[in-house]
Amino acid sequence: MSTARSMDDVRNAAMRELSARAVNGSEPSATGGTGEEASVSDRLAVSGAPGGPMAAGESGGSSESLAQIGGVLFNRQVSTRYWHLAVSAPAAAAACAPGQFFYLRCGDDGEPLLRRPMSVYQMHRGRGELHFLYAVKGAGTTRLAQLRTGDSLDMVGPLGHGFTLDPDWRGVLLVARGVGLATLGPVAAAANRMGIRVTAVLSAQTARDVLSESYMRSCGARTLVVTDDTGTSGVPAMRELVAGILASEPIDALFTCGSQRLTALLQEMAAERGLPGQAALEEPMGCGLGVCYCCVRPFAREEGIEHLRVCRDGPVFPLAEVIMR
Amino acid sequence: MDMRVAVGGLMLQNPVMPASGTFGEEMAQVIDLNALGALVTKSVTPLPRTGNRSPRVAETMAGMLNSVGIQGKGINAFVRDTVPFYRGFQSPLVVSVSADTADEFADLASSATVPGVAALEVNISCPNLEDDGRSYAMDPLQTRRVLEKVRSATHLPLWAKLTPNTGALTEVAQAAEAAGADALVVANTILAMAIDVETRKPKIGNVMGGLSGPAIKPIIVRMVYQTARAVRIPIIGCGGVASGNDALEYLLAGASAVQVGTYNFVQPTAMSTIIAEIEAYAVRHGVSRIADLIGAAQQR
Repeated sequence: MSTARSMDDVRNAAMRELSARAVNGSEPSATGGTGEEASVSDRLAVSGAPGGPMAAGESGGSSESLAQIGGVLFNRQVSTRYWHLAVSAPAAAAACAPGQFFYLRCGDDGEPLLRRPMSVYQMHRGRGELHFLYAVKGAGTTRLAQLRTGDSLDMVGPLGHGFTLDPDWRGVLLVARGVGLATLGPVAAAANRMGIRVTAVLSAQTARDVLSESYMRSCGARTLVVTDDTGTSGVPAMRELVAGILASEPIDALFTCGSQRLTALLQEMAAERGLPGQAALEEPMGCGLGVCYCCVRPFAREEGIEHLRVCRDGPVFPLAEVIMR
Repeated sequence: MDMRVAVGGLMLQNPVMPASGTFGEEMAQVIDLNALGALVTKSVTPLPRTGNRSPRVAETMAGMLNSVGIQGKGINAFVRDTVPFYRGFQSPLVVSVSADTADEFADLASSATVPGVAALEVNISCPNLEDDGRSYAMDPLQTRRVLEKVRSATHLPLWAKLTPNTGALTEVAQAAEAAGADALVVANTILAMAIDVETRKPKIGNVMGGLSGPAIKPIIVRMVYQTARAVRIPIIGCGGVASGNDALEYLLAGASAVQVGTYNFVQPTAMSTIIAEIEAYAVRHGVSRIADLIGAAQQR
């Protein structure tokens, strides 16, 4: 995949994909669609974007299709562990809501075999761009890091149900760690556009790993960084920090992603205060579409325990329903 | 180009269909269901099942392990909600059925015999982890017993899905044929295991799982070859099909059709591509009827 395929090759591949397929139905867009994000994207300067790469949806096919070919705009290492990947995929960017994910093919030679689910870090609908922020951890992300500008990225999506924002909310609190630092980016952008104040607590091993802080700030969020190396990211310290925020700011909902213990903490604090919350979950997946039931977890619903698919019924779930492992 | 193949009481427009458990209504979002040889559902059980604990999937070299535990809503919801969905498509609907006892299998087959269902795939092969991975299709006598009961419960064509986890494959195949099966699906996943060396625990919540994907294809091609010599009923090859050439290997070994499973996860449009690749092969080799290729690699 990282071999130098020309944009014509990308276009031809996209056309072949489209002609080989027909779409019999399309999923209604996920909850929480928040419309155009031009105001956000306009503030961000993205360099190195070549002119005119296209995605499948632009090539004359159905914009409702989930199988897409994105054109890599850039893919650069932004810290010791993290990479920032931007692709041109106008149809996918237009269809995507905060919290939804894409199922990415990381190698076209069968290694690794399965796709990798990746939540969207930034979406710029005006420019037709999707951005991903990922840590290189295993075979899939290692291959993903080999993508170069001009390569094609085979992506299925947007998939799943994303975050929901209530326009009546005054403020929301985001608490993120790990993959959640990326996943909650679009929530900050969408809330900002709706006039909802955003406070974001960003947790990482070191301050250098908090790569979404500048993006969150550009979206108007007030950010607080806690790290392991400063001893500020432990559960007792976080409990105190979050309690202080909830006591001093008009927060109407909590959002979290990326940490079991933070999810447990927020679940407890939200329940105590009667606040709604949403959590985006991760789970190893098979199909990504909802047919294989490989990514099922138990959830506590009013009717009792329900076994739901993270890929299809989530990946965003009500915070109160999440059952910790 | 005549792509049609006759499989267990049905004439399919082409030899490519999904493997049970890797296909569902959601696939209509990414692939034209009318282009497929048949539509094979995830196994339906008599009652709702919640399935196994997570993680249910683990990637391995050129394959994957799964232990889902046949989560589903049960036959009543299936007949009410799922069968009507597929009536909107022309490809024949093959319903995979799975139950715990022979009598439950028979009742289930009877309940699944409704308008819109073209055939039943009898899943006697899913590794039953409560029985240390054993299943009906590991044993010829058990296979014959359960299939005879199912046979008497429905007029629909029966496809018996066999397991590779037996030393008696051809005897099981012959038992299924004797009991009235109209076709055999060879095979299901291979019972396997993977361990995370960091946590020192099995990678699958249920400890063992079924191995699928390209890694198992040579084993299952061999099994199709052997089974084809042992029975007269058609065989559907299932194991690691990822390309037109993989499908052709199965046809040449003696299969009349193939099922695509794991590769649907890798490339949800794969079955369309595979059909096109088989057609292109036939054109390139001057083959006018794809059925003429069935068993062509058999040494007589």
